[in-house]
Amino acid sequence: MKRYQQMFARLNREGRGAFVPFVTIGDPTAELSFEIIKTLIDAGADALELGIAFSDPIADGPTIQGANIRALAAGVTPAISFDVIGKIRAYHPTIPIGLLLYSNLVMARGIDDFYAKAAAAGVDSVLIADVPLHESKLFRQSAIKHDIAPIFVVPPNVDDDDLREIASYGRGYTYLLSRAGVTGTETVAAMPTSELIARIRSYNPAPPLLGFGISTPAHVKDAIQSGAAGAISGSAIVKLIEQHQNEPAILLAQLKQFVSSMKAAT
Amino acid sequence: MSELKLNPYFGQYGGMFVPQLLVPALKQLEQAYVDALEDPAFHAEFQQLLTEYAGRPTPLTLCRNISPNPLVKIYLKREDLLHGGAHKTNQVLGQALLTKRMGKKEVIAETGAGQHGVATALACALLGLKCRIYMGAKDIERQQPNVFRMKLMGATVIPVTSGSGTLKDAVNEAMRDWSATYDTTHYMLGTAAGPHPFPTIVRDFQKMIGEEAKQQILKAEGKLPDAVIACVGGGSNAIGMFADFIAEEGVKLIGVEPGGKGINTHQHGAALSTGSYGILHGAYTAIMQTGDGQIEESYSISAGLDYPAVGPQHTHLQQTGRAEYVAINDDEALAAFQQLAKSEGIIPALESSHALAYALKLAAQATEPTVLLVNLSGRGDKDLAHVHSVLAGGQL
Repeated sequence: MKRYQQMFARLNREGRGAFVPFVTIGDPTAELSFEIIKTLIDAGADALELGIAFSDPIADGPTIQGANIRALAAGVTPAISFDVIGKIRAYHPTIPIGLLLYSNLVMARGIDDFYAKAAAAGVDSVLIADVPLHESKLFRQSAIKHDIAPIFVVPPNVDDDDLREIASYGRGYTYLLSRAGVTGTETVAAMPTSELIARIRSYNPAPPLLGFGISTPAHVKDAIQSGAAGAISGSAIVKLIEQHQNEPAILLAQLKQFVSSMKAAT
Repeated sequence: MSELKLNPYFGQYGGMFVPQLLVPALKQLEQAYVDALEDPAFHAEFQQLLTEYAGRPTPLTLCRNISPNPLVKIYLKREDLLHGGAHKTNQVLGQALLTKRMGKKEVIAETGAGQHGVATALACALLGLKCRIYMGAKDIERQQPNVFRMKLMGATVIPVTSGSGTLKDAVNEAMRDWSATYDTTHYMLGTAAGPHPFPTIVRDFQKMIGEEAKQQILKAEGKLPDAVIACVGGGSNAIGMFADFIAEEGVKLIGVEPGGKGINTHQHGAALSTGSYGILHGAYTAIMQTGDGQIEESYSISAGLDYPAVGPQHTHLQQTGRAEYVAINDDEALAAFQQLAKSEGIIPALESSHALAYALKLAAQATEPTVLLVNLSGRGDKDLAHVHSVLAGGQL
């Protein structure tokens, strides 16, 4: 958990926002995925948001559904995903690593077992896409017990009671949704007004990172100018993996260029 | 955010496991339902639609010829005679009225066999709502007549090719659509499963099946049946049939799951028979899954039962021992389908044929006078082409 605090403290000193790329672990294979994630780090990612492939990702649009399908087809399991995370942690001891996944994967072998494995692999935060605040008790308690930050989502239709609870239960960062709908670049990010972010920040939650539909450096810049502490981009990166999955050298070069340009906008 | 008005759990099963974004839409639906329950005008309009449009009450038919045992009487609750061809019409009329109460003009729905899609399309045509229906590409192929019915009634049918192209994937797509459109659109979920408040609302809008059947059988027999039997996919016809009998401890409740090619083959849809629990489509309940928690693809000859989870109240009824859940495989269902046609002149849906097949098994074993009540949840017109090709030697 403290890796997020250290990251935000560093960014504050630098007067910059965070750029956080998302990929699904094991897309298109466990081996290439490790190279991909290393490239994201080397190109300037401030933190990582990583998915564990699931059969029924209801919060994801077609692009990230494709990533889940490719990883599952390559035989990538949660155990293999934790192995990859362990290698990433060994490669970079201080970068915050967040998991973004679905509840049934957390439940499958017991909630506490999952958080114990995540902690052992070096995970700093867990966001469960289909666990809203009022169902989160067992998950967030286990997270805290294992020194993992439970991440909560602030949708555009959030009310004050939810903001108060998110501020109280959330750690690490707060996932601010730019818009309704599922992940993907089909619908571009709608920039929240500075008033909305100011209202959110008035509850003093963990720093808000804006996600959903973030695909250009201008989106990153706008997000930070509106008052977000940074931006998360997933589908735009996963699209590059989809396009160049069979030509790794080109893929890694393109990812490096994309992440550098997104980071430069912070 | 305001507290929930109704308990989202049945014992430890159920809940509301959806993205935070969808919570306000589910709470809005719950509030609309709670308000409607207290509004006599809602009950009056729902009743009027059920009576004058859908054709309630449906009859109870004592089978004349099919019982294999002179000690056993088999009664059929004739939801097959309901407008639309299945019990699905009951609850969509209720949900369509809720849609209007919420001021929403559009409806999305998922469908497996197409029965819920047809029911949604007819309710939307009647009440002036615009609807789009997600249906697995594989189901579209095996349920062509229902696809045409939906289109005739003005619905847009959207093929779903992701995953296995069946009901589970159609639900995924409907939920994705809803997460972008909840402000203007109601998700008319078709079974007593999914996140709270759907399992409660759908049960309550289906429970007239059991209420009517109870009065009808008391009139015919002067006593309650020994067992009530219904097929279980998501579980809406079964929970509608069971609800009014749950407090009658002397009545056995039996849910019949699709055994497909056998529950040891992995090619089935018998979630309760596998004894494995997890979260799918918003509820903690019995599901078919791998050890890692990946959802397994279900299989059944019957598209309406081809679903790897079950409504949470059924899981609770199983855990508490109040209801028993068994599996009937494709061949047994197919045999019952033909047998009812030949012996009673009724062509049942393949879904309902599962319940009938189990009733016939029970009847054959009975050693004392027994009254069985089977929910004939739908008619088999939609299955004719599929059964024809199977009997002609095609693939199951």
